[in-house]
Amino acid sequence: MSKTLFDKIWEKHVVKQIEGGPSVLYIDKHFIHEVTSPQAFNGLNKRGIKVFRPQQTVATADHNVPTLNQHLPIKEELSRKQVEALIENCAEHGVELYGLGHPFQGIVHVIGPELGITQPGMTIVCGDSHTSTHGAFGAIAFGIGTSEVEMVLATQCLLQTKPKLMRINVEGELNKGVVSKDIVLYILSKISASGATGYAVEFAGSAIRNLSMEARMTICNMSIEMGARCGLIAPDETTFNYIKGRKFAPQGEAWDKAVAYWKTLFSDGDARFDNEIFLDADDIQPMITYGTNPGMGIGVNDNIPTIETVNETDKSGLTNSLAYMGLKEGTPIKGQKVDYVFIGSCTNSRIEDLRMVASFVKGKKKADDVEVWIVPGSKQVEKQAVEEGIDKVFEAAGFMLRQPGCSACLGMNEDKIPAGKYCISTSNRNFEGRQGPGARTMLASPLTAAAAAITGEVCDVRELMESYEPLAASYEQSVSKLKAQNS
Amino acid sequence: MAKSINIIRSTAIPLKIENVDTDQIIPARFLKATSRDGFGKNLFRDWRYINDDEKQPKQDFILNNKTFSGKILLAGKNFGCGSSREHAAWAIKDAGFDVVVSSFFADIFKNNSLNNFLLPVTVSESFLQKAFTEVEKDPSTEVEVNLEKQTISAAGETETFEINSYKKTCLLNGYDDIDYLLNSKKEIEEFETLVK
Repeated sequence: MSKTLFDKIWEKHVVKQIEGGPSVLYIDKHFIHEVTSPQAFNGLNKRGIKVFRPQQTVATADHNVPTLNQHLPIKEELSRKQVEALIENCAEHGVELYGLGHPFQGIVHVIGPELGITQPGMTIVCGDSHTSTHGAFGAIAFGIGTSEVEMVLATQCLLQTKPKLMRINVEGELNKGVVSKDIVLYILSKISASGATGYAVEFAGSAIRNLSMEARMTICNMSIEMGARCGLIAPDETTFNYIKGRKFAPQGEAWDKAVAYWKTLFSDGDARFDNEIFLDADDIQPMITYGTNPGMGIGVNDNIPTIETVNETDKSGLTNSLAYMGLKEGTPIKGQKVDYVFIGSCTNSRIEDLRMVASFVKGKKKADDVEVWIVPGSKQVEKQAVEEGIDKVFEAAGFMLRQPGCSACLGMNEDKIPAGKYCISTSNRNFEGRQGPGARTMLASPLTAAAAAITGEVCDVRELMESYEPLAASYEQSVSKLKAQNS
Repeated sequence: MAKSINIIRSTAIPLKIENVDTDQIIPARFLKATSRDGFGKNLFRDWRYINDDEKQPKQDFILNNKTFSGKILLAGKNFGCGSSREHAAWAIKDAGFDVVVSSFFADIFKNNSLNNFLLPVTVSESFLQKAFTEVEKDPSTEVEVNLEKQTISAAGETETFEINSYKKTCLLNGYDDIDYLLNSKKEIEEFETLVK
């Protein structure tokens, strides 16, 4: 019988099926961080049990850490206690921790892939909704709550109901200045912030296949913003080349065996999906959001929708969103003043993102009244940026390169956008108050964000792109060096 | 945490807003605790207060309106979207709710609620809109949820709702998923041997 990519992975992980209920699903890899794990460890301690398979869990500190002066003790008491609790819990239960100061520390969804922990065919969970990122490797990866973190720590399993399946196909060539973030914001603008709820979404089509691994991660990362349980992309040579040689990638015979299996992971030609969507890459422009959920996006040259053109049930939502954002219906978003630019988060903080921004801003300077924060996804990304001289490009442009963490994506640490200020952000959520109480977030690609940093307003990056030359030359070199250092 | 749920009959609070995300339910800056308790006081924090000041409640926010009270929260479609933070379910439960009624729930929030004996009841959009209208018109309107029969009734209308039979048994009897999984350890170990 023909099967989807999702089916093939799911079926291999069902320990048993409860009649009229969920499946007991085996979890291969479990990532934890300081914010959603302490209560789970408390639960284990109360029951007097230890972590069942500690070698299958990896921890890092990311959500609640400062992005300046990480060598100093964390100033804020509650944050410090939470990070300390993670250190104690990991030590007590024998879980590997890449905490502050460790060369592998970083955002959990950046470090998993970059260390080769994330691999095709796996089931991967984490107490964080953006776990969907790892699906870019052809894995079933999804976010869970703390009770579920406790279940995985205790039994390496979860009770899960199989979701429905959707495939989103994007065919064709991308326009100049359009990158993977624009693809996913475009999909969101078409299907809405709840358009994939209840589904696992496979992304397919030539525009997706032509993306690099890091660009694919950006797409799967934001599948949760459509409400999807997870997002995934069939692994191919791009995937294998990315993983090969990384710290925890299989080696020698094990590598050959793994690749042979990974090559079977695709949706069969006549596999059935509960829903299928087809989009044309050529229709996608650089995107930006104007509202307070990630489905509220438009091309940078488009006008903000008018209340009368939206569905009856969406009218009050749009009215409230625009009031919060201080924007007017029916007016252009282009030219909107920007106060802050945040380039970072598990969506867009990888070396390719930083490299893309550096290529664009080289020789340019930020607008005077804009503050620009670049927050690398991990210590390794930070190190690569320095080795490639990207840090110097940022410095010359007036951009501040900070230290790794989730930072202003969710404003849990000090990195908050002040009330009423506009921030163009490469993160994943423009919810009210997400970047700080009263903060006004506009989501965009690293290129569009960088362009706004230069002009001080929302603009079309393509109009500034004559001098754009990808800094690709040093890329292969820097990746090989990184792999060699870690092996 | 009150365990086991069956019949809940109560007045309701109508939160007539769609796409309520978990950042609104409990903003990230309140996630620094290492226990599960006490999140209720910060439920919908930034919708409840001006400038984060408890002395300045926003009068037009429904949870600040003393006319409405109860153990049932009525909410617009796509409730609980966004972050997977279970703190959202803890906050709602801690604030005294046993049931959230909506026409559509985000997946992770739904699981988190069920794991905390907070019952998410999915109803049709038309039922939800009628319930909003009735409750807003008459705040003493009672809503009754019967888990055993899988029915919800409000203002003379009754609708059935879906829940898988495993989870229903858990909620009726106060069983946790983790107990079930811990009791399945032998099968899990056998599975590990098979796949390795």
